[in-house]
Amino acid sequence: MTAQTQSGQAPDLLYSEAEEDLRAAVRSLLADRADAPTVIARTESDTPYDPELWKALATGIGAAGLLVPEELGGQGATHREAAVVLEELGRSVAPAPYLTSSVVATEILLALGAQDGPASALLTELAEGRRVAVPAVPFAAASAANARLDSLDGVVGPVADAAAADVLLVPTADGLYAVETDAPGVRVEPLVALDLTRPLATVTLDGASGTRLADADAGRRAVDRGLLAGAGLLASEQLGLAEWCLTETVRHTRERHQFNRPVGSFQALKHRMAQLWLEVVSARAAARNAADALATGSPDTPLAVAVAQAYCSKVAVHAAEECVQLHGGIGMTWEHPAHLYLKRAKADATAYGTAGRHRETVAALMELPAP
Amino acid sequence: MTAPDAAELRRRTRELLAAHPPATTDRTDFLKARFDAGLAWVHYPVGLGGLDAPRSLQPVVDAELVAADAPDNDPRRIGIGLGMAAPTILGFGTDEQKERFLRPLWVGEEVWCQLFSEPGAGSDLAALGTRAVRDGEGWVVDGQKVWTSSAHLARWAILIARTDPDVPKHRGISYFICDMTDPGVEVRPLRQITGEAEFNEVFLTGVRIPDNRRLGAVGEGWKVAQTTLMNERVSIGGSRIPREGGMIGPVARTWRERPELRTHDLHQRLLTLWVEAEVARLTGERLRQQLVAGQPGPEGSGMKLAFARLNQEISGLEVELLGDEGLLYGDWTMRRPELVDFTGRDAGYRYLRSKGNSIEGGTSEVLLNIVAERVLALPSEPRNDKDVAWKDLSR
Repeated sequence: MTAQTQSGQAPDLLYSEAEEDLRAAVRSLLADRADAPTVIARTESDTPYDPELWKALATGIGAAGLLVPEELGGQGATHREAAVVLEELGRSVAPAPYLTSSVVATEILLALGAQDGPASALLTELAEGRRVAVPAVPFAAASAANARLDSLDGVVGPVADAAAADVLLVPTADGLYAVETDAPGVRVEPLVALDLTRPLATVTLDGASGTRLADADAGRRAVDRGLLAGAGLLASEQLGLAEWCLTETVRHTRERHQFNRPVGSFQALKHRMAQLWLEVVSARAAARNAADALATGSPDTPLAVAVAQAYCSKVAVHAAEECVQLHGGIGMTWEHPAHLYLKRAKADATAYGTAGRHRETVAALMELPAP
Repeated sequence: MTAPDAAELRRRTRELLAAHPPATTDRTDFLKARFDAGLAWVHYPVGLGGLDAPRSLQPVVDAELVAADAPDNDPRRIGIGLGMAAPTILGFGTDEQKERFLRPLWVGEEVWCQLFSEPGAGSDLAALGTRAVRDGEGWVVDGQKVWTSSAHLARWAILIARTDPDVPKHRGISYFICDMTDPGVEVRPLRQITGEAEFNEVFLTGVRIPDNRRLGAVGEGWKVAQTTLMNERVSIGGSRIPREGGMIGPVARTWRERPELRTHDLHQRLLTLWVEAEVARLTGERLRQQLVAGQPGPEGSGMKLAFARLNQEISGLEVELLGDEGLLYGDWTMRRPELVDFTGRDAGYRYLRSKGNSIEGGTSEVLLNIVAERVLALPSEPRNDKDVAWKDLSR
């Protein structure tokens, strides 16, 4: 068989001490600035993003520059650390353009390989948290192939976090462009999104101009690499989200009494939570494997990412659905945050390709073709 | 003495190989020499086959021995002794018991079996009814045990029996080492769903056990048994698996080699199970890395649950994938296999045998309770058996 077999080095699936320190810092920031009532209130305001939170996360903690080498103004860390940040963001569902700007757009610029010029200048600005860039690619796209305009004219959407962006990375038939969102001929119009905590927008380019960063082929390869990293690390966000749902469901069912006993003592409920725990534990292994593969440049990366997305999407949705159900009536209210997690989980399951699309990638890589 | 490091273990292994060249040494003699050199299980104490070294260094010794083509102790044949009896004897045995039993156990001269489950005590093992009654210096045991693998090959058994029926069930149990050659021990094969008899029923009638073959204090047998059972679950779920190494392997190979069998429905199910099998493999790998790093997590309790479900679903898919061939079965002849290979034989066998994976070593339902109560700290169901004397329980 010529299908990919195991590569030599076993992936490191644990967390390092430095990664745990980073987690503690991000978690404490989010607890301070993005508790559930605050996040719920912001979703219906004009400012879904909290600029102070972003500043503290991106610049204060330095999370925006984790993937960027130190000589370009970043932290010189890896996808393993960025994955830990995303676990915490998934746990809090606070709106922040981290996955889109600090992972996908950053990875696209890194993949261009420029040491100077506009791409590397923008990279430095992103790494230092001074600006935000997002790819002008539909959030559901798993590859650049079906996600490009003929020129800087046309409509793209739904684009995640476009409303928070200073710069759009626009793949066109003529190359990859950086387009300022406040330039003439650029319109970013908010959409009503299923996920309240990751705003979506339509981007309309009407005779816009921008800076050409790469030709069409290099641009397409860079966007593909960015989307691969996005899909791989989205698994960590899904893991954090699922973990929050399980923790809160366990907490609630231990406290909630019906029939003169905690509802969490009924086996019908306990078994569902134990099953969820097993899924969360498994999602952690899959997500760490994808993050480690991206970090080490393993030849297994496409498979590791496809496996993580095919698995973790389902776990996050299942956890959020169980969270709503096992909370009973309170889980259906606007006041309780469970709905934020369900909406995020369901949207995440489509983002960067559905589980089914990633299973097709597994089929191709492992030579398990359709009939 | 400080515990030896990897280099020291490597040196001692080479010394053993030089003194007892595998090519010219009798297999049993070599294994005895290895035990006496402390290289059998390096984390065991000095004098009992080990060197008080970290368990994670065992692979250093094993790699040297494999490279030198040295014989091993055929761990699959003596799994119950190695995985269950030995840790229990080490944890609760007297010095005399450890001296007497561990060496022939590890070398494989004496096979062990486990006399725990009973027809009336499966998931509720603590309700067991086999009685051990004081008789002078020893005990007389009467009762029936079931699901005993290797009973027909075993020299010794680990046995739990009721020594006090007047106290609540968990408190009236004691733990013994039972001589399987006692004339009161009768072993009968128990034919199972696959046609063969991997297991036995064991009838105990007036079996005499001297008091110096008791493990732990009288009435403390349940606590001792927890050590045995914890090791059982680890040994079932904890072995290393390469990609496509489990039941998914033969299905994936059939899929690649026989395009005429492919349908869209089977394809979707295959891919879903392939991903789940790969994730289960990674979860096992992560658990192993935690153990090596000295941070054992509760994930182990979940692995058996995951593999039971996967084995059942994958083998079920395989029977369907094979079409006409899936309608056939290799052989229903009643046999007593010495080794059990869950992935062996044909798809029909795998399908039927894997039904046991969610029953043996703790049913999946009991394991879900364990995860819910011990890992998630969810409250237990109200119980009506905790403060009732065993003799007053309904049965």
